[in-house]
Amino acid sequence: MTTNDLIERLASELKPVSRKAVIRRIGIGLGISAVASAILMWSWLGMRPDLMTAAGTMAFWTKFAYTLALAVGGAWAIKRIAYPLGSIRISLVVMGTAVAIIAALAFAQLAMSPRDHYMPMMKGHTITVCTFNIVVLSLPLLFGCFWILRGLAPTRLTVAGTAAGLAAGSIAALIYSFHCDESAMPFIAIWYTLGVLSSALIGAIAGRFVLRW
Amino acid sequence: MLASLAGDAQSYRVLLDDVAKHLRGYFLRRLADAYRGDADDLVQETLLALHTRRQTYEPDRPFTAWLHAIARYKLIDHFRRNRIRATVPLDDAEDLFAQDSSDAAADRMDVDRLLKTIPEKSRDLIYRTKIEGQSIAEVAQSTGLSESLVKVSIHRGLKAIAAKLRGQAADDDK
Repeated sequence: MTTNDLIERLASELKPVSRKAVIRRIGIGLGISAVASAILMWSWLGMRPDLMTAAGTMAFWTKFAYTLALAVGGAWAIKRIAYPLGSIRISLVVMGTAVAIIAALAFAQLAMSPRDHYMPMMKGHTITVCTFNIVVLSLPLLFGCFWILRGLAPTRLTVAGTAAGLAAGSIAALIYSFHCDESAMPFIAIWYTLGVLSSALIGAIAGRFVLRW
Repeated sequence: MLASLAGDAQSYRVLLDDVAKHLRGYFLRRLADAYRGDADDLVQETLLALHTRRQTYEPDRPFTAWLHAIARYKLIDHFRRNRIRATVPLDDAEDLFAQDSSDAAADRMDVDRLLKTIPEKSRDLIYRTKIEGQSIAEVAQSTGLSESLVKVSIHRGLKAIAAKLRGQAADDDK
């Protein structure tokens, strides 16, 4: 096919494109995959039975705010990296700030507790599954994020994969926080963050291959 | 491009035409001779990418920057796919390297220092023959000494220097 034929064909099938098309695609992708991840959580792990009482506690909302802040930062990173020449620096600053705040809270809580509470506060009683569960819950989201980015134009694939992993991991952490009944800040600061980072690592490694266009 | 995003096929055709010409030049300039034939494929791939990903063009940003980012991505992808590594023969790149003359300068200082330690007569002879490169005959003529005498005093001078160096090495060893 000659270039002129191609131009003719492309011009003939041209449809108007909304300026909100990118946002809409991100919304659809994240929305559907978040629902899938939530259903997975519900059927596999189940909601925490004491959700109603927990909703009155500070710990629940701190956890919620932390994972929500990460999720917003991650979704923003997806939007930024979806364009040619995109960069995720601002999102990384936002997410880094959230991590710094939760780390400060964790240290404050440790400082106010007796020394023999340190290990229980860091290990909780779900240490063996927390990070793993978050990564599993992030998988549907990771597919969603890859789908979003494959239709757009990220020019740095490893960074784009990292953004996808960060968004997927933090939304998964948000969803997981409705199952997990840990309330100690040190536990959240370590294992939730580790879950998000593991997901980001998976995304970064896969991005190079999956996101090519 | 704005009209194209709104769905104006006529201006889109004009735009793609311009872009195609521009891209051809862009790729031809960046491909090695052996890969010139791929330029047209790359143009088409880039046009296709531009078309399918036109939603990522932000109207408040320069169009050319967006286009070049896509073209550059396609070019890098092409390199990666074909495992092309840009190479330049090392011989041609020689004048790119800075020349380090500090070793040569240090050598000259060493030689001067050693020469100062031997008698002036042999120093002058050694300097003329070994450093300026005159022949024994020339030196003999200009100094009025016999050739064998020149040879002998050069030999003695060098021997003295050699002894000094050995002594120095022995000192260093201690």
